[in-house]
Amino acid sequence: MRKISLSNLDGLFAKIAEKSKLYIPVDDNKGFAAFKLWAEGVKMSNALNTVRSAKDFFFPQMENLMEFKTEGKNIEIIDIREEKEDFVVFGVRACDVKSFEILDRVFLSEPVDSYYASRREKGVIVSLACGKPAETCFCSAFGIDPATPAGDITAWKTETDLYLKANTEKGEKLLSQVEGLTEDCDDKAVEEQKKAITEIVKKLPLQNLPLDKFGKGKTKEYFDSPEWDELSSHCLGCGTCTFVCPTCQCYDVKDFNTGREVKRFRCWDSCMYSDFTLMAHGNSRVSQKERFRQRFMHKLVYYPDNNDGLFSCVGCGRCLSKCPISMNIVKVMKTLGGKENV
Amino acid sequence: MFNETLIPKLGVIIDVRQDTPDIKTFRVVSPEGKKLFEHRPGQCAMLSIPGVGEAMFSITSSPTNTEYMEFSIKKCGCVTTWLHQAEVGQNVTVRGPSGNPFPVDDVFAGKDLLFVAGGVGLAPLRSVINYCRHYRDRYGKIDIVYGSRSKDDLLDYQEIINEWATDSGVNVHLTIDREQEGWDGHVGFVPNYVKELGFDTNKIAVLCGPPIMIKFTLEGLRSLGFEKTQVYTTLELRMKCGVGKCGRCNVGSKYVCKDGPVFRFDELDELPNEY
Repeated sequence: MRKISLSNLDGLFAKIAEKSKLYIPVDDNKGFAAFKLWAEGVKMSNALNTVRSAKDFFFPQMENLMEFKTEGKNIEIIDIREEKEDFVVFGVRACDVKSFEILDRVFLSEPVDSYYASRREKGVIVSLACGKPAETCFCSAFGIDPATPAGDITAWKTETDLYLKANTEKGEKLLSQVEGLTEDCDDKAVEEQKKAITEIVKKLPLQNLPLDKFGKGKTKEYFDSPEWDELSSHCLGCGTCTFVCPTCQCYDVKDFNTGREVKRFRCWDSCMYSDFTLMAHGNSRVSQKERFRQRFMHKLVYYPDNNDGLFSCVGCGRCLSKCPISMNIVKVMKTLGGKENV
Repeated sequence: MFNETLIPKLGVIIDVRQDTPDIKTFRVVSPEGKKLFEHRPGQCAMLSIPGVGEAMFSITSSPTNTEYMEFSIKKCGCVTTWLHQAEVGQNVTVRGPSGNPFPVDDVFAGKDLLFVAGGVGLAPLRSVINYCRHYRDRYGKIDIVYGSRSKDDLLDYQEIINEWATDSGVNVHLTIDREQEGWDGHVGFVPNYVKELGFDTNKIAVLCGPPIMIKFTLEGLRSLGFEKTQVYTTLELRMKCGVGKCGRCNVGSKYVCKDGPVFRFDELDELPNEY
């Protein structure tokens, strides 16, 4: 365990930024936090979490995949992939760190998505324990410990110091880079904080979700549940939940003709949109009910079916705070998983 | 850098055949004139015209064809309309193969086979039919029931009457929806024709066509005594990546692009009815 005084946080960031790009959560002028590139004078946010998840670092909202030059009947395919730069993301919360494992199972399974893989290879994750989990947090329902987030390095922030512990080789390397700024220490303060966090988590309202009611092999049980009608009836189909969700990974591939060349790009898509499954001959998910059901069945049943029972939700609570009609996965789980829990 | 499945290969259209008023068959090779890649019967590939879009099509030519691949494409959307305007020499991009093939080398081996197709549904079946014809001695009797709106809408008509119908042990049963001048064959819908023909159940059946045809043909086969474990079909849903990652072609936990497009009806029973 290493520690550094919070008064020298800028020194730590400067040292990391010497070798690689460093991103930290920063407040905008309205107090919303987002990961921003660190530069001298940029201060770290104290917000519990960023509005958007950290998935952007590996699966950006938009990225160019390849280019084509076309002339008459001829097409030239141009592979525009290039070596990515090393980067460090500082202050990723436990929920978002877990989301990387969920995304990995999609993008790093055969055939490996090289765009995602090359970013994953270059990125170093410094996670940050959640000193004060919020009422919308339910990561612990999914077995995630906000007191000890995973990542290449785990960090704990107390009133006075930042504590750092490497979990991987990448983490060790980064810690040795900043060795001169940090000092060896015992884990007493960290253990205390962990205990305090655990106490807060116990009191959070959404810790006891009926997870045992969901998971592998439950498609038939829930697909035709009459509750979907009511649950989906107010859904606007805006897709906000999918965009702020750290585990939503559906994408679209589109072409843009610049006039000089055609850029084929990928961008986030949403199963909540009507044209997501629209084909020339019709749509397999005709109404918002089918789209709504797809999103939650995917998180709670389909994904676990294909991934050893792992749920595709990390309990970050973003959909709870951002849905314009206040619908969310907690309500879905409580409604479908048993009326007594509502 | 990893090989990337999203990056396609370059293909050249070397032949365009107007099969029906709205279906054309495109013959595609690499710029060097070779076959682009190997596939198994029933597998698909993504074709694209940069700037227009990319879409999934079944590979209609048999894997036993060593020279080229063919795609029979009905004009019905953005990419297909563009392709229908394409001429010989046009470059396209191709990537694949995607999905699981028909189990031609194990389950189908030694069995009598019944192929039932409607309209452009013959496109994916042609690959299997020609594969089984190529290895004729590996399979029993082959029956092919194929129907379309009219005589002019029958895909691969010349190949059917000149090659398939003249093979020994292959019976072709054609039908069109309505009476038409110059047609002295059967008239009526495919599901009814299948029931009229009344096949024995000691065989594997493969269905492909419009959903309504599949629904009633399956019912017909069931009334003849076929089990769902004997009947196969292929599904199609909207696709973007073709490798089970973009998240849109799933039926329950199965991705059509990766786990399909070939499904057995008892497997489909395990999936939600959303296709």
